[in-house]
Amino acid sequence: MTETNSFKMEFLSRSANESFARAVAGAFFAQLDPTMAEMADLKTAVSEAVTNCVVHAYGDDAPNRYVTLTMTLTGDTATVIVEDTGCGIEDVEKARQPFFTTASGEERSGMGFSVMEAFMDALTVESAPGKGTKVIMTKRVGGRK
Amino acid sequence: MNIRSTFEDGRLTIYFEGELDHHAARDALRQIEERIDATCPRETVLDFKGLTFMDSSGIAVVVKAYKRTSQVGGKLSVTNLGPQPRRVLQAAGVERFVRVIVTPKEV
Repeated sequence: MTETNSFKMEFLSRSANESFARAVAGAFFAQLDPTMAEMADLKTAVSEAVTNCVVHAYGDDAPNRYVTLTMTLTGDTATVIVEDTGCGIEDVEKARQPFFTTASGEERSGMGFSVMEAFMDALTVESAPGKGTKVIMTKRVGGRK
Repeated sequence: MNIRSTFEDGRLTIYFEGELDHHAARDALRQIEERIDATCPRETVLDFKGLTFMDSSGIAVVVKAYKRTSQVGGKLSVTNLGPQPRRVLQAAGVERFVRVIVTPKEV
């Protein structure tokens, strides 16, 4: 039988919570006994997805500025879902292009989705203007086996 | 994220310690810019030995350091790069324009 475990948390969309989300992802996925490289991949992908929410999803005065992070283990596959109820993405294809960003600050490289794609096995983005954004990522973790 | 730097014989070395993410990037950019502008180095070295994590915000930091150093006529290199930050930089093709020295044990 496939063992399954799941963890869900909700936190305010603030940059201080980016490192917190990474740490939680690391603690949860430790159950899969991943290699250091696999663990780094998972934490990096979580960091990118959460950062996108913090940067893009909500205006400063939006109510309910929450990000939901759901992590699931199914056999040797890790699934990460990062969800917000914010402004949504007008053109998902464009947003996924390398070096594309709508953020004004120069600390944004436009490489968030590219890094998620490079570090995970699969990436799905569900979004529509005004309807929030849901990022679903999976990665098979089996480096030690 | 802690940042300190040394300047000797035209070479500015900037040491990073901790995690470089979006939260830390704005302050890191500001400090890098200040130090490059103050020293006009022939070479800027970003030393990532103390870096425990980097996401795509680090790409922006390296690109910024590259542009700023180029503006004053200098070269940029990145040294002591661990495997995780290296893969992030590789995703952006940064190694095409910046000299990258990985940590000896990863070679």
